[in-house]
Amino acid sequence: MPAVKGDGMRGLAVFISDIRNCKSREAEVKRINKELANIRSKFKGDKTLDGYQKKKYVCKLLFIFLLGHDIDFGHMEAVNLLSSNKYTEKQIGYLFISVLVSESNELMKLVIQSIKNDLSSRNPIHVNLALQCIANIGSAEMAEELGQVIPKLLVSGETIDSVKQSSALCLLRLIRNAPEVIKMQEWSSRIIHLLNDQHLGVVTAAVSLIDTLVKRNPEEYKGCVTLAVSRLSRIVTSSYTDLQDYTYYFVPAPWLSVKLLRLLQNYPPSDDPGVKTRLPECLETILNKAQEPPKSKKVQHSNAKNAVLFEAINLIIHMDCDPTLLVRACNQLGQFLQHRETNLRYLALESMCLLATSEFSHDAVKKHQETVIQALKTERDVSVRQRAVDLLYAMCDRSNASDIVSEMLTYLETADYSIREEMVLKVAILAEKYAVDYTWYVDTILNLIRVAGDYVSEEVWYRVIHIVINRDDVQGYAAKTVFEALQAPACHENMVKVGGYILGEFGNLIAGDPRSSPLIQFKLLHSKFHLCNVQTRGLLLSAYIKFVNLFPEIKVHVQEVLSNENQIRNADVELQQRAIEYLQLSTIASADVLATVLEEMPPFPERQSSILAKLKKKRPATKDAPVTYKQTPASQAITDLVDPSIPQIKTVEPLPTQSTGNSLLVDLALGGDSLTETNNHNNLTSSSSNSQESQDNFNAFYTKNNGVLFENELIQVGVRSEFRQNLGRVCLFLGNKSNYPMTNLTTEITNASELSSQLMIDVKPIESELPGGAQKQLQINTECITVFEANPQLLLTYKYKGGGTWETDQRLSIRVPVMLSKFVEGVAMNSKTFFQRWKALGQPQQENQSIFKAKFSVAKENVKARLMGFGFSFLEGVDPNESNCVGAGIVATRQQQIGVLMRLELSKQVG
Amino acid sequence: MIHFMLLFSRQGKLRLQKWFVAHPEKTKKKFIRELITSVVARKPKMCNFIEWKDMKVIYKRYASLYFCCCVEKNDNELMILELIHRYVELLDKYFGNVCELDIIFNFEKAYYILDEFLLGGEVQESSKRNVLRAVASGDALQEEGEEPQSLLEELGFT
Repeated sequence: MPAVKGDGMRGLAVFISDIRNCKSREAEVKRINKELANIRSKFKGDKTLDGYQKKKYVCKLLFIFLLGHDIDFGHMEAVNLLSSNKYTEKQIGYLFISVLVSESNELMKLVIQSIKNDLSSRNPIHVNLALQCIANIGSAEMAEELGQVIPKLLVSGETIDSVKQSSALCLLRLIRNAPEVIKMQEWSSRIIHLLNDQHLGVVTAAVSLIDTLVKRNPEEYKGCVTLAVSRLSRIVTSSYTDLQDYTYYFVPAPWLSVKLLRLLQNYPPSDDPGVKTRLPECLETILNKAQEPPKSKKVQHSNAKNAVLFEAINLIIHMDCDPTLLVRACNQLGQFLQHRETNLRYLALESMCLLATSEFSHDAVKKHQETVIQALKTERDVSVRQRAVDLLYAMCDRSNASDIVSEMLTYLETADYSIREEMVLKVAILAEKYAVDYTWYVDTILNLIRVAGDYVSEEVWYRVIHIVINRDDVQGYAAKTVFEALQAPACHENMVKVGGYILGEFGNLIAGDPRSSPLIQFKLLHSKFHLCNVQTRGLLLSAYIKFVNLFPEIKVHVQEVLSNENQIRNADVELQQRAIEYLQLSTIASADVLATVLEEMPPFPERQSSILAKLKKKRPATKDAPVTYKQTPASQAITDLVDPSIPQIKTVEPLPTQSTGNSLLVDLALGGDSLTETNNHNNLTSSSSNSQESQDNFNAFYTKNNGVLFENELIQVGVRSEFRQNLGRVCLFLGNKSNYPMTNLTTEITNASELSSQLMIDVKPIESELPGGAQKQLQINTECITVFEANPQLLLTYKYKGGGTWETDQRLSIRVPVMLSKFVEGVAMNSKTFFQRWKALGQPQQENQSIFKAKFSVAKENVKARLMGFGFSFLEGVDPNESNCVGAGIVATRQQQIGVLMRLELSKQVG
Repeated sequence: MIHFMLLFSRQGKLRLQKWFVAHPEKTKKKFIRELITSVVARKPKMCNFIEWKDMKVIYKRYASLYFCCCVEKNDNELMILELIHRYVELLDKYFGNVCELDIIFNFEKAYYILDEFLLGGEVQESSKRNVLRAVASGDALQEEGEEPQSLLEELGFT
C-alpha cells in the first residue's frame, strides 16, 4: 500500500486494498456489500459519529460509487460535512455532493444554504470550495439562488485573484445552464476589463467567460476586441522568460493565447485602425516563430507552439481578408503535411480543408494535391486518411476534378469500410458538380456502383437516373454503358436497378445494334431477375412492360414471363399485382393507349441534388468553420420525396356516370381559410428550412392532395394522397429534421372509434425508430362509409433526446387531411339537367344555403381552381347569370352515391 | 470546452471521471464503456485524436494509464493534449513520481488538483506553481485546523 498523502484515512486505505485483492467480480461485490451494510448500520446506529468517521464513511461511499456501483444513502451525512469547520471534512462533503448529488435532489436546498455560508466566509479557501461546487453542479436552482452574488465577487476590488478565477468560470457554467437567470448587463464593461488584469491566471479564466458572453451578445461586448488584441500582442512579443510560470516549455502563455485567438473569431475583421495594424502583426509574429528553430526538442514545446499556430491560422481563415497571411498559412500547413508527427499531419489536412474554401488560398492548397493523394495511399491511420479524403473533396474544382475523382475511385477499392459510404457520396457529388461531359459522369457513377455497390445509397442511383432522364444527349450513351455493365457475370443489384430503369426508358436507342437487340436486352435483364430483391423485381417488371411499348416485337416474350406461375401467383402482393396488371395491359390495350400509358418519363424538375443533403446528414458537424460573415451559397437540405424507383405509369380512369340521390351543399366557407393561405406549399420539394416554429397547413389540403402538412423544428410531415370513389390512400412522410434519432415512435388515430361508423381508417404499422435525417412513410388506408364531418386525428408520440441529456416524450396531434370533399368526383351536365335536378331537391333537409364574405379574390379563375380542388366539376354556361359559379359532383360512400349540386353567387359588393 | 475527462488503465479500469456537463448515470456509463473500448484499441503510431459522436476525443497514454478528454469539435486539439500533460505534471509534482496506485489510493486528491486546474470545462489556472500552491494551502489548513480542535475536544470544550 503506498503512502497516503496528507491526513490519510487508514480505514479507507485498507478497504481499497481489500477491493484490489479481490480475485473476481463476485468477490468484489461481496466485499462492497459487506462494507455498505457496515456503513449503513453506522449511519443508523445510536452512537453519534464524529466528523472523522463521517468523512471516512462518506469517502468510502464515494469510492464505491466511482467503481460503478449505485449508492442510495449517505447524502445527508455528506451535507452535514459541508458545515463542518474542519477543512478536510468540508472538502470531502463537497466532493461527494459534486460527484453524486443530482440537480434535482431534495437536499439541494441544504447544499445551497451551506454554499451561501461558505461564500461569505472570510477564508478564501472556503469561498473557492463553494465556487467549485457550484461550477461542478451548475443547476438552474443554483443560478437563481446564487446568480447575483457571484458577479460581484468577480469584479470586486477586494476579491483575491484565485477567487476571481473560480468565480469567472463558475459564472460561465451557470450561464451555460441557465442563461436567462443570470443578468450581467451592469457588469459588462468591468468584465471586459478583466482582460487587462495583471494576473495572467485571472485573464485566462476571464477570457473563457467573455467568450461565452460574446456569443450571447456580441454587440455589448464588442469592446473586448481591442483589449484582446493588445493582450495577445504583449504575449506573442514577450520572451519566454518574461511570463515566468505562464511560460510552458518555452512558449509564453499558450492556453491564454489560444483562448484570445478564439475569442477574436467571434467577430468580423475589425475596422478599428489600431486593431487593423496590430492583429496582422501578431499573426505574422506567430507565423514567423513557426519558422524559428525549436527551443527544445521536447514534444510539449512543439505542441504548445503549434497549438497557438493552428489557432492563429483559424483566425486568419475566419477573417478571410488578407491574401498574404492566407497563403503563408497554407505554406506552413504544407510543411506539416509531411511531418513525422501523425498529429500534425492530421491537423494540417483538417485546417487545409478550410483554406481550400477561401478564394485567396484555394490555389495555394491545390499545389499540395499530390501530397494529399499520397497521404490517402500511405497513411496508416484511418482517421488521417479520412481527413485526406475531406481535403481532396474540398480542393476539387473543374481543373482537377477528373484526377481527384479517379484517385478517389481507385482508393475506394481498398478503403476502410467505415468511410466508404461517405466517399461514395463525395465522389457522386464531385462527378455531378464538375461534369463537363455527362458521359464521364455516367461512367463515374457506374464505376462507383461496380467498385462499392453496397455503399451506394439510393440517393446516388436516383440522381444518375434524374440526370440521364433530363439530358437527352447522354441517354444513348447511358443505355449502351449500362447494357455493357450488365454483361458482367456478377453485377451489383444497384447496377440492375439503374440498368432496368434506363433500358426500360431508352433501350430503343441501342436496339439498332444486333448485339443489343430488344430480345437480348430483355433476356439480359431477366437473367438478373431471380437474384434480386422484391423492390428491384418490381422495377424490372415495370421495365418489361415498358419494353412492350418500345419493342412490340418482343411482346410475346414479355407476356410469357409475366404470365409465368412464379409471377402471377407470386407470394408478394405487389409483384403479383404488377404482373397481373401489366399482363392485362399488354393484352387489352391498343398500341395508342400503350404509347400514352407507357410514355417516356417526363424530365424531373431541376433541383439541387439530394446527395448533398444526404452527405450533410452523415456528417452533421464537419469541423465547424468559424462563423464567416460572407454569404456562402446556402445549400439547404431539400426533402426529396419523389422516389423514382417505381416507374410511374399514367392511368386513365373511367369517369363515374351515376348520379343523384340526396343533395348536400358543401360548406365552402370551410375552405375559406385555406384560400387566404398563399399557395406556397403546393409542392413537396419546396424548401422548408426557414420556418422555425411549427406550422400546420391543414386547411390548404381542402383543395390539394400533396404537400407539407405540418412542420416544426424537429419534424416535417409531408402528404401524398389519392382518392378514388369511396376509397383513399394517404401517405404521411414523417421526416426527422434533426440529427438525432426519434425512438419509440407510435401512431394512433385518437377519434377512430367515434368515426368508425362513418369512416374506415386503417393505419399501417411503422417502425419504431426514425433515425436523424431520415424519412419514414406511414400509410393510411381509408374508406368513406357514409357522410362524415370530423377529420381523423393522428396522435404521434416518440421519444427524443437530441443532443441533450434528457430523453423527452414528444406528442404531436395532427389532423389527417381526409374530408368529405376528397370523396367528391365532378360530373359534367348541361344547364337543363342541372336545373331539373336542382329543382327536384326541394325538401328543407336537402338544401343548405349560407352567405359568407370572401377572404380571397373572387376572380373567376381563382374560384374555378378552388371548386375543382373540392372535387366539383366546374360547369360553364349553365347558370344564366354569368358571374355565378355552378358545380356538380358525386360523393362516393360505401353505402351510396350522393349527388351534390352547388351554386355560388358572387357579389362584388363590399359588406 | 471539455465535456468530460477520464483516466483509465490499459485493462480498461476507470480510475477517475470528471464531468463538466451533466448526463444521467446511464449515459455516463455508456459513454465510458464506448470510449474505453475505442481508445484502448488504438495503435501507438496513430494520432491522438478521435472523432466521436459530434465531438472529439483527445487521449494520451502515460505508462499504464490513459488520460482522455472529450471536447467540442472546434476545440484546439494540441492544446488539450498539453492540458493533459500539465495535469500529469501536477500529479507528478504533488505525489512525487506519481503512479497509478497513488491515484487509486488518493483519488480525492486527484479530484482536488483537477478542480484547481480546470473549472467548468475550461482552464482556470495554467501555472503549475499556482495550482500546487492552492492545493497545498488546503492541505496546510487541515493540519493547523485539526490539531487545536482535537485538543479542544479532549478538554471537553466542544
